[in-house]
Amino acid sequence: MTAPLLDPRLQALEELRWHVGNSPMHAMLRLSPKPGVEIHAKLEWQQFGGSVKARPAFNIIHDAVVSGALRGKRLLDASSGNTGIAYAIFAAAAGIPMTLCLPENASKERKHILKALGVDLILTSPYEGTDGAQGVTRDLVRKDPGKYCYVDQYGNEANWKAHYYGTGLEIWHETAGRVTHFIAGLGTTGTFMGTGRRLKELNPNIKLIALQPETALHGLEGWKHLETARVPEIYDAGVPDEMRFMDTESSYEMMKRAAREEGLVLSPSSAANLAAAVKLAEEIDEGVIVTVLADDATKYSEVINHVFGKSGARI
Amino acid sequence: MATLIIPTPLRKFTEGESIYTASASNVKELLVALYTSHDGIKKHLFDDEGELRSFIRVYLGDEDINELEGVNTKLEDRDEVSIIPAIAGGSK
Repeated sequence: MTAPLLDPRLQALEELRWHVGNSPMHAMLRLSPKPGVEIHAKLEWQQFGGSVKARPAFNIIHDAVVSGALRGKRLLDASSGNTGIAYAIFAAAAGIPMTLCLPENASKERKHILKALGVDLILTSPYEGTDGAQGVTRDLVRKDPGKYCYVDQYGNEANWKAHYYGTGLEIWHETAGRVTHFIAGLGTTGTFMGTGRRLKELNPNIKLIALQPETALHGLEGWKHLETARVPEIYDAGVPDEMRFMDTESSYEMMKRAAREEGLVLSPSSAANLAAAVKLAEEIDEGVIVTVLADDATKYSEVINHVFGKSGARI
Repeated sequence: MATLIIPTPLRKFTEGESIYTASASNVKELLVALYTSHDGIKKHLFDDEGELRSFIRVYLGDEDINELEGVNTKLEDRDEVSIIPAIAGGSK
């Protein structure tokens, strides 16, 4: 039983807290290429909203309510979908009105889910991705600062702290402190910054490997090619020990392998994380590699058709 | 002359220009003209075998060229072609 709180929005959020974090840790028994190297992955879609973004979205909204920043205002941010959906779930349950700037070329599933949750959707240029959507949010705030609380997932400390206090500690406990490598892609960079910082504090010998798309245009939804994209304000280049680059084609190949060998139907970015983890495992003789699988393929029907359609796989 | 709308991630290679125009009889010729005149852009569009990367969506007007003749889709004067970055497999 949750103790009564003065703000009903906080009370609603506290009820939902139990659906955030503590995602299952899955051991990749068939994809691990060597007996001495373990690969583990957090199945992040098993939270409210169906993605890793439940963690930062919850923390960002909770902070905004506690600080009073949301009082009398609409929640506003830019997202390519997953953070938007996570915000929308918590906002709907807590009675918080919300506006989201979403690139027009986001998938139909995402638009439908967001509309179902009552979000005021502003569709932005399909040529400019989330960078363009961020620009539109800033224009909205500039024109009407009293209307919006722009929570800015790319610059909000509550983003990476959700992983510092959650994901990082979970990985540490779930591997009984045996984790030797953490490897994950960079998007808002919150997952990597928070998890990496926590793991490094717990054991400075843990190697932190960040991943980026190899090319400026890519199919790794949620990831950023930092050379050509707006670099998130929460990104600290000093956190990763190493930077690697992944191509979309490799992630599509891993989508097939993960489905057939591990029973996991992954999103392209999750598959890219897993492909990078498997490649790393081939390079070392022993270790415990951990990655984070941000979401599954549920909201990627067109990608599924593209990847599995040609292969003739039955799914 | 056909017009090509450049998405934001590639504008680093076009000195910030969002529009590129060139004479081209089909989509591939237009894309080749783009990368021939702008260093560094080729690998972002084509793979090592010279094929347009499978996740890149190119539109002629409002039509996905995959629904037409792919990169061999013919162009006429004043046609507008656009490159759309993928977002979760969404479309224009």
